[in-house]
Amino acid sequence: MSENGKGTVAAKPRVATTSLAGCFGCHMSILDIDERILDLVEIIDFDKSPINDFKVFQEQCVVGLIEGGCCNEENVHVLRDFRKKCDILVSVGDCATMGGIPALRNTIPLEECLREAYVDGPTVHNPSGEIPVDEDIPLLLNKVFPAHEVVKIDYYLPGCPPSADALWAALSALLSDEPVELPYSLIKYD
Amino acid sequence: MSEDLTARVSAICGEYGSDAGRMMDIAWRLQRTFGEVSSEAMDVIASETGATRADVESCVSFYSFFSTHKHGRVVIRLSNDVPDRMAGYHRVLGAFEDELGVKCGETTEDGAFTLESTACVGLSDQAPAALINDVPFTELSTDDAREIVRELRKHMDPRRLVHKLGDGNNAHPLIHSMVHNNLRGTGLTLFTSYNRGEAIQKALSMSPVEVIRAVKTARLRGRGGAGFPTGMKWEFTRGARGEPKFIICNADEGEPGTFKDRVLLTERSDRVFAGLTIAGYAIGASEGIVYLRAEYAYLRSFLEAQLEKRRADGLLGESILGHEAFDFDIRIQMGAGAYVCGEETALISSCEGTRGDPKNRPPFPAQEGYLGLPTSVNNVETLCCVAKILEMGPATFCEYGTHQSSGTKLLSISGDVCQPGIYEVPFGTTLREVLEMSEAEDPVAVQVGGPSGQLVGPEDFDREICFDDLATGGSMIVFGPDRDLLKVVEAFMDFFVEESCGYCTPCRIGNVLLRDAVTRVRQRQMEPADIDEMERLAGTVARTSRCGLGQTSPNPILSTLKNFRHLYDELVEEAPDGQRRSFDLDAEVTAAAAIAGRPDGE
Ligand SMILES: Cc1cc2nc3c(=O)[nH]c(=O)nc-3n(C[C@H](O)[C@H](O)[C@H](O)COP(=O)(O)O)c2cc1C
Ligand code: SF4
Ligand code: SF4
Repeated sequence: MSENGKGTVAAKPRVATTSLAGCFGCHMSILDIDERILDLVEIIDFDKSPINDFKVFQEQCVVGLIEGGCCNEENVHVLRDFRKKCDILVSVGDCATMGGIPALRNTIPLEECLREAYVDGPTVHNPSGEIPVDEDIPLLLNKVFPAHEVVKIDYYLPGCPPSADALWAALSALLSDEPVELPYSLIKYD
Repeated sequence: MSEDLTARVSAICGEYGSDAGRMMDIAWRLQRTFGEVSSEAMDVIASETGATRADVESCVSFYSFFSTHKHGRVVIRLSNDVPDRMAGYHRVLGAFEDELGVKCGETTEDGAFTLESTACVGLSDQAPAALINDVPFTELSTDDAREIVRELRKHMDPRRLVHKLGDGNNAHPLIHSMVHNNLRGTGLTLFTSYNRGEAIQKALSMSPVEVIRAVKTARLRGRGGAGFPTGMKWEFTRGARGEPKFIICNADEGEPGTFKDRVLLTERSDRVFAGLTIAGYAIGASEGIVYLRAEYAYLRSFLEAQLEKRRADGLLGESILGHEAFDFDIRIQMGAGAYVCGEETALISSCEGTRGDPKNRPPFPAQEGYLGLPTSVNNVETLCCVAKILEMGPATFCEYGTHQSSGTKLLSISGDVCQPGIYEVPFGTTLREVLEMSEAEDPVAVQVGGPSGQLVGPEDFDREICFDDLATGGSMIVFGPDRDLLKVVEAFMDFFVEESCGYCTPCRIGNVLLRDAVTRVRQRQMEPADIDEMERLAGTVARTSRCGLGQTSPNPILSTLKNFRHLYDELVEEAPDGQRRSFDLDAEVTAAAAIAGRPDGE
């Protein structure tokens, strides 16, 4: 573990989170730990995260939670940045782990997807017949990638989304240097 | 739809009693007559046979030798198995593509030629090989490829290109093929001379139960790969409730690198048919089916003629050899290019006229097989052994081999050896002895038992070929020091990806992931932890797949990880910054950049 991490005594360990090609459902699940979030902020500080709306990293973090895979170039840049700034990266949820719902487009050529969304779809009103293009819109990737195909991922939390209890258990274990062994009941989904 | 087509398709269905169970035969006739089984034709088949339209299409679209779009009048299928690749497959393919002006998988604009590649066609000892329509072409060079196309353009008849005939029955007018038997050390039992009718005569002098006992005394185990005791299988089938019973000869020989059944069918079909007849007598069946792989269609007229001769001689038909109580006949069922159909329950599905889906077990075929009735499926070589056991007596048969694995085994040897071909060795022979016999050149690895078997190295060369040590259905592919073994693994995984029937997830998806992982290892894009992950996934596919195909498909990876681990370790490297080398951002935004009119990705 890096010297900036929880090995040092003084500062609280920092946790960063991000939502890439995901639906924010996994972040909802983080909030679902309810009042335990008060315990959490006792022992950690949130760094870059939608929870506190920090847009850039403040410091090196111990844990980074990744929701969603990569569907565009911006996702890739963010994820690569997370890899640099976090000692431990966790793929949270099925989108990060396997691509999930966004990856359903992987069997369809990108152009066909965009035409369906912006031109040909039955509910589309688009008199110009053009696919929106702007240099500020990040380029989509040819396919949607799970996080571990872009950077090294240390842990995977399955679920869509993983339950608040599973997230809590995993995070507590990671922060206390315990082995992350979730009981079957926390990762069983049918 | 044209009335003419409707009439012709209905007529063809009529020839098979409009029986949906004969879908394979109907589809074959259409494919041969029209060069396709078109959507319109499938409509007619459905209404004639009473099968649903979906059932018809699911059958037709399953098999690689059927096409739902029009094929060329001449279809060139180049065998892409590993021995073919070692012998110049890519060069020959390039020559065909160049001469025809199409890519592999395409048809020429004039509708004359279709060029395809296909899994092993059972000619690994004379690679690179191809089938042109049904006609086998062996030891192809790039010059041959060009010459073949030029000649075919003149007369479109591949048979006229067979100038030099092969040995033995390959030169028989009904086979008329350039294929060679390459019989090497085969003097022991199966290829010896014989008196026609002797084995059946002896069997009929015993009761069926006594015949089963003789096969048990000989401790015969199935030669198709699994090694199940034949006598026990027959006993189960005989004892199972349900009439009539069926006996099927598995002549699908799809395991890449195996070609011994082809040679048995060419040179000793009498023994195969005698074994099948004896099996029918033993289990109480009056109908036998030979499931012949499409790649061996060139043997069909010859085999039909042999069957006809046996009928004329009283060895098939009613009251065989005057034995009032025993009627038995054999029909040939053609396959249509699907490796999984060698698996006995998939084979039965195919015989029943559906796609080659394996079935759940239990019930086993011995209980509920073909048409739901008790069925025994036996390999060609197994049935040959049966005839031989009756001829020579079980005790003499057992003098060969070991206690657990009695008798001899036919090996199909190909790859880096000076003498590729068929060898008959007693079980218990070591791999080293086999390599010496076949004059292997500095062997560093041997694929024993085909892709579903294992890749072993020199430390295993003293192991014995038998069911309890190095088991093999017969395939042996030898690799010299210059071969890229991971490339071989990749090719085998490609084979399984192609041949998976798609029914269950671990096999359908797992094999794709495994194949891609090997590709990335070869491209030096993987990290050490990926190898562990690959091994775990391979284990999962093996454990959770539904049939033998998926259960053995990770073997190329598992056996190389075990025996040639260094090949992987040399190619993987930790990425110090945690960024995956296999991900190339520039390459992944090409489509979007083109749409946005930013071809440089900026
Ligand atoms: C994917 C797969 C392919 C097979 N291919 C063949 C084959 O081509 N020929 C064969 O005899 N057995 C093949 N088998 C084995 C058969 O399922 C069956 O065990 C065998 O035909 C039984 O005959 P035996 O007892 O005489 O060996 C295959 C099995 C699997 C799982
Ligand atoms: S895993 Fe489920 S909840 Fe999480 S981002 Fe994906 S779709 Fe949303
Ligand atoms: S293991 Fe493969 S071949 Fe066998 S049933 Fe499953 S998908 Fe089909």
